[in-house]
Amino acid sequence: MKNSYRLGVDVGGTFTDVLLLNEQNGEMSTAKVPSTPHDSSIGVLNGIARVCEESKVDLSAITHVMHGTTVATNTVLTGTGARVGLVTTKGYRQVLQIARSFVPGGLGGWVIYQKSEPMAPLELTIEADERVSAKGEIVSVLDESSLRESLKNLAKEKIEALTVCLINSFTNKIHEQKVRDIALEIMPEVPVSISSEVIPELQEYERAVTTVTNSYVRPKVETYINNLESELLEKMKEVKLSILRSDGGLASAQSAAKYPVNMLMSGPAGGVAGAIWVAGNAGFKNLLTLDIGGTSTDVALVQNGHAQLRRETTVGDVTVRASSVDVRTVGAGGGSIAHVPAVTKALRVGPQSAGAEPGPAAYGNGGLEPTVTDANIVLGYIPSRARLGGDMAIDVDAAERAVGRIASDLGLSVEAAAEGIYNIVNENMFGALRLVSVEQGHDSREFALIAFGGAGPLHANALGKLMGSWPVIIPPGPGVLCAYGDATTRLRNEASRTFIRKFSATSNEELRLELEKLATLALSALVEEKATSEGSEITYQLDLRYQGQGLSLTVDVTLAEGEDVLTAIGTQFDLMHEQLFTFSLPAEKEIVNLRSIALGKEARVEVPSVTIDPDFVNRSEGNQKMFAEGQWWDASIYDRSKIGRGTAINGPAIVTEMDSTTMILPEHVGRIDSFGNILITPITQD
Amino acid sequence: MTGILIEENTEPLKKVTVDSVTLDIIENALKNARFEMDAVLFRTAMSPGIREQHDEFPLIANRDGKMVVGQFGSFIHGFMSLYDGTIEEGDIFLTTDPYSCNGAISHANDWLVLVPIYKDHRHIAWSAMFGHMTDIGGKVPGSLPTDARQIYEEGIVVPPIKIYKKGELQEDILKLILHNCRLPHWNHSDFNAIVAACRTAAKRCAELSQRFGDDIFYSAMDELLARNKKAMAHLILNAVPTEKRYFEDYICDDGMGMGPYKLACTMWRENDKVIFDFSATDPQSIGSINFYLNEEMFKMFCGVFMIMVFDPQIMFNDGFYDLMEVRIPDGSLLKPKHPAALSCRTHALGRVFDIISGLLGQGTPDLMCAAGFSDSPHFMYSGYDKKGDWYQLYQIGFGGIPGRPFGDGPDGHSLWPSFTNVPNEFLESYFPLRIEIYETITNSGGAGYHRGGNGVRVGYRFLEPGEISVHDDRWLTYPWGVNGGNPGARSKKILVKSDGSEQLVPSKCDRVKVMNGDLLLFETWGGGGWGDPLTREVERVGSDVKKGLVSVSGALNYGVITDSHGVVSIKKTEELRKEMNVARGEIELFDKGGSIEELKARCLAETGFNPPIAPSFAPH
Repeated sequence: MKNSYRLGVDVGGTFTDVLLLNEQNGEMSTAKVPSTPHDSSIGVLNGIARVCEESKVDLSAITHVMHGTTVATNTVLTGTGARVGLVTTKGYRQVLQIARSFVPGGLGGWVIYQKSEPMAPLELTIEADERVSAKGEIVSVLDESSLRESLKNLAKEKIEALTVCLINSFTNKIHEQKVRDIALEIMPEVPVSISSEVIPELQEYERAVTTVTNSYVRPKVETYINNLESELLEKMKEVKLSILRSDGGLASAQSAAKYPVNMLMSGPAGGVAGAIWVAGNAGFKNLLTLDIGGTSTDVALVQNGHAQLRRETTVGDVTVRASSVDVRTVGAGGGSIAHVPAVTKALRVGPQSAGAEPGPAAYGNGGLEPTVTDANIVLGYIPSRARLGGDMAIDVDAAERAVGRIASDLGLSVEAAAEGIYNIVNENMFGALRLVSVEQGHDSREFALIAFGGAGPLHANALGKLMGSWPVIIPPGPGVLCAYGDATTRLRNEASRTFIRKFSATSNEELRLELEKLATLALSALVEEKATSEGSEITYQLDLRYQGQGLSLTVDVTLAEGEDVLTAIGTQFDLMHEQLFTFSLPAEKEIVNLRSIALGKEARVEVPSVTIDPDFVNRSEGNQKMFAEGQWWDASIYDRSKIGRGTAINGPAIVTEMDSTTMILPEHVGRIDSFGNILITPITQD
Repeated sequence: MTGILIEENTEPLKKVTVDSVTLDIIENALKNARFEMDAVLFRTAMSPGIREQHDEFPLIANRDGKMVVGQFGSFIHGFMSLYDGTIEEGDIFLTTDPYSCNGAISHANDWLVLVPIYKDHRHIAWSAMFGHMTDIGGKVPGSLPTDARQIYEEGIVVPPIKIYKKGELQEDILKLILHNCRLPHWNHSDFNAIVAACRTAAKRCAELSQRFGDDIFYSAMDELLARNKKAMAHLILNAVPTEKRYFEDYICDDGMGMGPYKLACTMWRENDKVIFDFSATDPQSIGSINFYLNEEMFKMFCGVFMIMVFDPQIMFNDGFYDLMEVRIPDGSLLKPKHPAALSCRTHALGRVFDIISGLLGQGTPDLMCAAGFSDSPHFMYSGYDKKGDWYQLYQIGFGGIPGRPFGDGPDGHSLWPSFTNVPNEFLESYFPLRIEIYETITNSGGAGYHRGGNGVRVGYRFLEPGEISVHDDRWLTYPWGVNGGNPGARSKKILVKSDGSEQLVPSKCDRVKVMNGDLLLFETWGGGGWGDPLTREVERVGSDVKKGLVSVSGALNYGVITDSHGVVSIKKTEELRKEMNVARGEIELFDKGGSIEELKARCLAETGFNPPIAPSFAPH
């Protein structure tokens, strides 16, 4: 049988990682090439060429390319999206200007609040004279001639994308569709996003922001995806390009280009998906993921092999209604700067970051401020001989000088100040980990902690200790994890609608009918995407609340034949409410949204087994002084590429590899499993 | 404290040294716990007032009741000073009576829940939270009767009681309270949500104490208070001079035809202590606009404001209270005597912030904001729908944030922390109305180098006959501008009947009948302008015109000549600005839009209402 391959690509800030997977025997090869930020498709193609060359695979044998992209995210973060026009219902032109009147910060926060401009500027927002009621009746018919006039004027403003968001369109989309038809007549080249298609749910502001964001990133994403796809097709005739969505599912290139608002968390979702796959192979299904980069840390919770999802996505100061893996981000990473304010003399770490330029003091690029990386160096966790991904040498003295400046402000020794920085930044990450676990009613002791990203393995042991989450898993090549994720996830498509009904006002039959309608819709989109429905799977969800509550909880539903579905989900909801909020209510329950999710065929990839040499003994590369828990230790240094599977490394120890360093604390042991993962546990639990 | 604290474990907590890193970690964790309280509440409360608009305030306090994290100052001190019962493990306290807790809450709609936190049978801290209930019974829906003369007319008042006794809910008491409210299921659910939020904080405190040790946790809280005191002492020395400064502002009327009422304060520093003296404030009103101002609460307002203006890095808590002394005369509008009505205190509460700004800003005008925290307009609509079901809506409105040293005031935003509007689609789904207009009011923000934010115009189309209440202010006096900025526009309400006739609705009123098809135009205040409008960059004025936030004629207030697309005629603008600069004379620090006498003289012509008559005060 001829071999076929699937390929995962993750584009990071510095490197583009590529993973080639043989679908028949599960063999994998990886390649790492520099990213090409001005046009990341070049890096992608370079990576593909490299991996094929190295593993002697013919390009035409690749059937699927799966890709996690940060194009949408970066467009939002850098404010380089399209010039977006917006059509609202008459009386609502300033819906984005008012922005629900929200001012962040505590009492008096308004004094310093700097509000950013809406993504659809007010001068490019026009009104449509029309009205639909909350029940979906047409109260006043769309005035088409005045709309044409306004749209013609808008066209003169050279808008690059158009959004239509009309009041109550979630109950009746006919006016939004009419507006789109007219707009396409007047400016056929401008892509139109309408809110009743992007997110047909109640709440006018959230729907408008989400749809406008879709319009804002759409031209860039569309161009990127179309270019990449055509270049791929040139070399690989039959290849199918899929893009990883924020919710960890794959979408066809075309659907991704049309609804890019669903790709805002594509990058982090790839990491989580990779973690699920790697840890799952090692036998761990309940996970906390920890991805520590230069400026920020992402954490997420995985239960029984599934990432927790949330119904909103936040990028920078933009929050949209789009499902995403519930990744919480804290502004703390290797580059975070430690400082001591003159008045309070408190030690603060971040949110300012030294970034890549000038970077930590120890990198010798002109950075003077002490960063978390500098603290790690002072503490001996990054041995001076280790190389940092490139050819940067470490200047230990510079790190000590930088940390020394705040040490004298604090009246501490340099190593104690460095440990202070280390502990505080851990505390920030600990807060994020608690947010996804303990504060959602999960016991963190029932979860393993998997760490990746450049700095994850430096902090993972300490965080495992704070969380009581064992083992701490350090996968091999923590940098390539996202590409694993890209290569091993499934197509996913969801269809949802707002369906506000008290339990007493609906029936099992009606519910079943509505969910099945949505399922057909979700499935048909999968088939459109050329996936066969063979091996596909449908799951159902309801957003529920006690009647009168504002926010809802999402409950998974099974539609077993003959079952009293409403009663079953009612009980499930009560339990969930109690777990989350310590109480349930005797109040009537209300459905808010219905959702059906279609999942494509699961990727079945065999993991190659590795034979373990029982007599293998690890050899240390040397010793390193290391400061932990208030005292100096002698730690052994190991080269990860030389350690044997099935062996154990006792802390204190440092394990180095190309793109990261693992620190094992005293009283802890790291076992290398047959997949090459390091599993760290306390000696007492061994 | 007069409450008697009972602990099974009587081993005293010890003061120990806390290293600075542990201290920072505990500070961080406490902050997280306080935000978790909000999250729990928003997700489980039912009244739109709490769950959408976020009319609630949480805190975590040390064993002595001093707030360590939170934002509205300690309620615990006031409660403890007047409560004379026992405090035991598992108890949860509820009070809604401002007079029984020294004004820790200022009207009976605010339900205050206090939880003494125990760990290993020893009291280690407090958590507390209050939230505004949509209805607590009384003479009008919403329980904010404009014409009340005594608190007894304003709904049920609960003195400090144990609603949970040693962990057990006192169901009869709760039943009794809920029975007096028009929307008992909302009160019930909101009450549950507040208790759940306080319990979450209690759990987090016990976990922290377990992690670091009880003595360290206990000592760290004191240390955090001391840290704040040190930072604030520094601020006070720099921001408050020893010579006296005076500022006054007004509540336009009391809804019963009298007004304006003067709020006045003198501020000066003696050594490291700052004194606020309110003795020139008017006596209490016979109506319900009185604001029972807790001195500690005022200190917190003031401290927060100073931190925001001068150094937002400082974490605020109760630590600095010894550095301030607040003198409020008994029987004044800010310290009325029992049983004076209190329900409509929102106007004075907002005005106190403008006074703080006006006082502190006199020494550092560059850092002063204009007036904008003028109000928190309330709107209520209730009645029976076609099916005979009772509906009752309570909503808080927003307006223009004032011009600030840091930039323009946002249009139509909230001055209250994390408050938001209720989504209009939600309102239309659950109440018999349609929101036909939802926009900011062109030109309503005061002109300035930094423009004041525009006020909001909401057009409510009623679909059922019912009654409405309005509570607003700044219809007569202006949100003042500073450093040459113009005042913002005043508030206004017009009821357009279905036959097309128009009727002015007063700023404060209850039980105004509305019919199916009537349209209420509810217009809030604009923020005052900051700095000289003649110096505002013409591009910024042009941009505002293009966006429709300022009109072509409104641009004239900036001395800018432009067309409707915001294209500015530079030469004409230069000439006009020169002319205006000469004509206006010297720039004053405050522009209040005229004296009270002048405002009253122009009142009928400008507002359509007769001026209020000078108040006569209740004998007490």
